[in-house]
Amino acid sequence: MKTAYKQFQRHLLLLLALLTLGACSTAPVQQGDAVIEPDFSADRVLGDDVDSLSAEISDPWEGFNRSMYRFNYRFDKYLFLPVVSGYKAITPDFLEKGIHNFFLNLEDITTFFNSIMQLSGTKTVQTTGRFLVNTTVGLLGFIDVASMLDIPKHDEDFGQTLGYWGVGNGPFLVLPILGPSNVRDGVGMGVDWAIYTAVQDELDMKDSEEWALAIMKAIDTRANIAFRYYETGSPFEYDWVKLLYTTKRQMDIEK
Amino acid sequence: MKRYLGLLLATVWFSTAWASADVYDFPIDNKFLATVVGTPPGFRAELPKKIPLKKRSITIFEDREVPEALWYDAELRYSETLQKGPAPLVFLIAGTGAAYSGGKNVNMARAFYQAGFHVVSISSPTYMNFIVAANSTGVPGNAHQDAEDIYRVMETIWDTLKDRIEVTDFYVTGYSLGGFNAAFVTLLDETKQTFNFKKALLINPPVSLYSSISLLDRMLENIPGGLDNFPQFYNRLVEQLSRVYKKADTVDIGEEFLYQAFEAVNPNNEELAALIGVSFRISSANMAYASDLMTDFGYIKPKNITMTKNSSPGELEQVAYRLGFTDFYHVYFFPYQKAKNPSLTRDKLIADMSLTSIEDYLRTAEKIEVMHNMDDIILEPGQIDFFPRVFGDRAKIYPLGGHCGNMDFRDNVTHMVNVFSQ
Repeated sequence: MKTAYKQFQRHLLLLLALLTLGACSTAPVQQGDAVIEPDFSADRVLGDDVDSLSAEISDPWEGFNRSMYRFNYRFDKYLFLPVVSGYKAITPDFLEKGIHNFFLNLEDITTFFNSIMQLSGTKTVQTTGRFLVNTTVGLLGFIDVASMLDIPKHDEDFGQTLGYWGVGNGPFLVLPILGPSNVRDGVGMGVDWAIYTAVQDELDMKDSEEWALAIMKAIDTRANIAFRYYETGSPFEYDWVKLLYTTKRQMDIEK
Repeated sequence: MKRYLGLLLATVWFSTAWASADVYDFPIDNKFLATVVGTPPGFRAELPKKIPLKKRSITIFEDREVPEALWYDAELRYSETLQKGPAPLVFLIAGTGAAYSGGKNVNMARAFYQAGFHVVSISSPTYMNFIVAANSTGVPGNAHQDAEDIYRVMETIWDTLKDRIEVTDFYVTGYSLGGFNAAFVTLLDETKQTFNFKKALLINPPVSLYSSISLLDRMLENIPGGLDNFPQFYNRLVEQLSRVYKKADTVDIGEEFLYQAFEAVNPNNEELAALIGVSFRISSANMAYASDLMTDFGYIKPKNITMTKNSSPGELEQVAYRLGFTDFYHVYFFPYQKAKNPSLTRDKLIADMSLTSIEDYLRTAEKIEVMHNMDDIILEPGQIDFFPRVFGDRAKIYPLGGHCGNMDFRDNVTHMVNVFSQ
């Protein structure tokens, strides 16, 4: 696993570097020397100190982010979504649900460690309870027995843990395949993944098994997210995604 | 104990039997709340969760020039839900700013599919993807032109279907602006006759476009301090949601959570009206900006500036949110139409963009029916009377539901399907 992981990381960095180089400026293109005033110019319509919600979110790499946003749309369109719909077509509903439960149960490992790091006794105890019940009685998590027993589900990750300890968002970041994020949450994902792979290594899983599991998890995750790039009907979708992602994460941290 | 239980059951049975026979028991009597939250889960019609809904996209104009910033909208997206054997086909037209894949259209597709119809779902002509891919001029809002554009879309989709399925009869329906569109599409069909619609159903349509857009623009006045204070309004809303979210047993903010949140927050009428205003303002901003990019009219975007794939709209976006439907109407739509037809006046255009302008046709068109609500917020006081006056028995007016809030309610779904099944 170690070598495969390192190799994957190197490819990812190379991809990122290429995309950064390819990213263009976010300024519009002007013909002629002077701007022809539109019917409603910003000077005419907006007050002096009008703030906009999405503009308040730090986004110094907007050009790169917008390129990555387009990349994700194409990745979705030509690979990810066709695979997901194939998966949904051949998998019976009960099995699909079971597989989803299985991965949600694995996520409780991440939630468990982060609940400890956020010093939350309730969340740690409840998550431990969920994990034990679901892994045993729930047949490795395929059946969510814990929810039937009304044990509350939590969702904590290292991004939230950093937030809990007062670390700010950092600049907005659109990650390849994974989608909208920011520097804090991106770092968080890396840490969570390291913990998760450490647990897998403890279980003596083979590289191929870990990869198969990771791919399966990616498909399951996408299958359960309704969002489709460029289908909101808004020419300002990028800014909405930025704002709503940031808001939702803030709410998650406070929860 | 058993006796009491029997008695209780009997009472419940009698009361529900009585209710379904005589009384319209839609559970929300606040028109703003009904408009915002729709039909609560326990009161919705039972519809199949899984239907064979396929998303498709299609080229409408071969030579279309798509603005660089809107490159992803070159093809028109729509959906088809088809029966295996011969069946009637119903076209659904979404409401203002809404997509073919919006909740209301999907629920209608479920209802009509369950009742044995083929269903084709189309976005509103005011939806960005429609403006970019399928609007013949790039400027939406003209009732007759919109109808022609929708008709062309229907014909193009039908071309791809006619070798695959057998259709017995054609039907058309739409809600809100989509209902208004459906009336003009049916009128156009009288001359074009590609479909010869057997029936049309208009759900919560406006009577006059201009009066409804004026009402919707004014709803934003319910934001304390006006649009300048939108960030504060948003933050307060998030704060309230957050308080409920913290205590909730769920970690996703879905429909179920939002119901829970609405019950806990219990927003007042001003807040609800503000939310409705914000939702329509987002639609109008999307529409006006997309249209401006299509025509280079110079409404918001300077004519000599090109937005690239990576361009940040920046202040143009903020300006777009400051302008309402009525601004669009007076500063963009009317001048645009007048340039084509110099004798046109503002009042004439306003009068043309109404069901009143085709009243004589609607009065005699037995195939067109209406489903509307007494307390619809997009109508001026008294405007609802237009429907019984013109359509007579073909207008079904419910006492409650606000604007389209009762479309998923049992009685309404039954009625909707019955209109086309008779």
